Amino acid sequence: MARLLILFVLMLTPAQALDPGEALADAALETRARALSQELRCMVCQNQSIDDSDAPLAKDLRQFVRARLLAGDSDAAIRAAVVERYGEFALFRPPVAPHTLALWAMPLLILLFGVVMAWRLVGKSARQNTSTPLQ
Amino acid sequence: MIAEFGHFVLVLALAVALVQALAPLYLMQRDTALALPLARRAALAQFILVLLAFLALTYGFVRSDFSLAVVFANSHVAKPLIYKIAGVWGNHEGSMLLWVLIVAAYGAAYAAFSKTQDGFSARVLMVQGWLGVAFLAFLLFTSNPFARLLPAPFSGQGLTPILQDPALAAHPPLLYAGYVGFSMAYAFALAALTGKEDGQDWARRMRPWILAAWVFLTLGIALGSYWAYYELGWGGFWFWDPVENASLMPWLAGTALLHSALVAEKRDTLKRWTLLLAIITFALSLSGTFLVRSGVLTSVHAFANDPERGLFILAILGLFTLAGFLLYGLRLPHLAADRPFQPVSREGLLLVNNIFLATATVTVFIGTIYPLILDALGMGKISVGAPYFNAVFAPLTVPFALLLPLGPLANWREGSMRPLQNKLALAAGAAALVTCGIMLTRGAASLMVMALFAAALWLFFGAAIDMAQRLAPYRARLHKFWSLPASAFTAPLAHGGLAVMLLGILAATQWREEAVVAASPGQQIEIAGVALRYDGLREVDGPNYTAEQARLTYMSGPHQGAHLYPERRFYEAERSQTTEAAITTDLIGHLYAVVGEASGDKRVLRIWYHPYVALIWLGAVLMALGGSFALATRLRRQM
Repeated sequence: MARLLILFVLMLTPAQALDPGEALADAALETRARALSQELRCMVCQNQSIDDSDAPLAKDLRQFVRARLLAGDSDAAIRAAVVERYGEFALFRPPVAPHTLALWAMPLLILLFGVVMAWRLVGKSARQNTSTPLQ
Repeated sequence: MIAEFGHFVLVLALAVALVQALAPLYLMQRDTALALPLARRAALAQFILVLLAFLALTYGFVRSDFSLAVVFANSHVAKPLIYKIAGVWGNHEGSMLLWVLIVAAYGAAYAAFSKTQDGFSARVLMVQGWLGVAFLAFLLFTSNPFARLLPAPFSGQGLTPILQDPALAAHPPLLYAGYVGFSMAYAFALAALTGKEDGQDWARRMRPWILAAWVFLTLGIALGSYWAYYELGWGGFWFWDPVENASLMPWLAGTALLHSALVAEKRDTLKRWTLLLAIITFALSLSGTFLVRSGVLTSVHAFANDPERGLFILAILGLFTLAGFLLYGLRLPHLAADRPFQPVSREGLLLVNNIFLATATVTVFIGTIYPLILDALGMGKISVGAPYFNAVFAPLTVPFALLLPLGPLANWREGSMRPLQNKLALAAGAAALVTCGIMLTRGAASLMVMALFAAALWLFFGAAIDMAQRLAPYRARLHKFWSLPASAFTAPLAHGGLAVMLLGILAATQWREEAVVAASPGQQIEIAGVALRYDGLREVDGPNYTAEQARLTYMSGPHQGAHLYPERRFYEAERSQTTEAAITTDLIGHLYAVVGEASGDKRVLRIWYHPYVALIWLGAVLMALGGSFALATRLRRQM
């Protein structure tokens, strides 16, 4: 129980992003850095991005991202480098790939299914209306 | 003694719940007239017994009776009284007792207030009885809140400091009142499936209960979000955490249910879908509390990582869900057919609303469980987080918000938007104008963001037109607010509230400003057009903590001379710390200051400006208010 409680407290440790001096001087690069950081998972935290976390590992990764941006890497290259280190688990937005196809396609499929079902219901009603004229 | 009394009445409550669950079943075959009075009295008795048990546990917490295991593990003498009381539900056993109390309260409320004397009412109470049996058994056999410790310890371990907060004291009761409220939807659905009453009747009787549940759930989620905003230290208000998702799913499904039940009541159609939705909504409510608690989803809310409890929970969840679906499948062929309807009509548009809400529910569901499934199948570990949900929800929200204002403006049966053409054009024009204004003053954002802004504004103006339409016949007596029909405010407030919330989310995320500095006393920090001076740090003592308190002074702007006091608190008993943000409110924008760790001889300060952020919770309150007006309409009609 005590161990659980400690775990519980650790998970809730207040999140505090960026340390002073971490941000890049170039505003455009910094915007990209923030956007990227929000998509990368802090590997030692509970459901936090590296942008939100004050864990040392998150800070390392934030600095890594910024260093690569300064070196002129593309967002995709940086993501790939992070995946190489930590696996796909580190991406909060999974890439579209065969094993995530259902994840990305499902919302659209459900929406289409709903529309088709509704269409059939209304279509049926229209047919019924014509076959049984109002008294 | 008091604790043993509490335990004893809990056992009695289980016995009474068994009577409530079984007796009507038996009597309905023989003497129907007896079934209802018996079920009613059992429901009232069950509530009184559970309430006594709850009071007994509260007494234990208030008196800091550390011979009780839950009090020892979750309380401390040096804690303010309100958090001793809130501590009752700040742990697994106590929160389960609260859950059981609310189940019993809904049953008793139905027994006391439902006027209709028929077999349907008896069946509703019977299902509530079964729920009471299941949860009381769970409580007594796996999570007894009255377990004693021998010898009794001298001091307690305290309540997690981050939970010692007024908003979080009220968050679980509101949330549970919402979740459990949807058990009424389930009970009504099962009662409807086993009887011959027609759709309009059960839907009419079900609606006030699901409205109440929805209002509670809306407020509960909003309060949780507001708490996270000011307590977790940087001003995030929604994290797409599995637990948040677990509460969002029943909310989305419940919102769909509210609307489809309206169609079932008024137009005698969409009945099958409404019944299915009622069962699904409750199943999602159950998994909202229990799957999260059982530790299947790792989460901050998971107090109960105990395999025995987990299995019991899973059994309850599976049993009630399966029973619901089974009954639905068996009775479906015997249900009266839905009445046909026209696509352009209020019911047609409400159906579209349901399609979107169902899609949203499924999206949250898939996003939450997909990583678990993939992992279980050995297909790799992935994360599904905020960027995924934002990417999927944004394109769903635009058409949803565009269609939404049309529903309340359309007529039942045969709708035509033509008479409203001019007013709708006005709303569209106003939305377009404001969107352009935003682009000119703030600069153009991405196309999706601008589309969301435009859609939210259109929704807002559409709700305003709807309200004006509904109040038009009462123009002469607008000043007599209480004489106006409550129904004129229902949809406009709820839909307008959603618009306000969307605008708040967009503005707060798009225009947030941030300053992170290591400051020494006397240093000035510029943010959002104002200058703040860091004055230094001092130690302060709270009732059960000590704190480092920083002082910031406004050097310019309307608050010139005012101070901000962000704190870092250290809780002795619990050996942990929290950050308390200092927030200045400019009506709807917040300046949000947090004091961080030392950096050499300097102090890290993190300051944010969150413009329009208060609109998010204001929107939620407006939605809840809309729901309350709908409830008021119904209650006024019954009296």
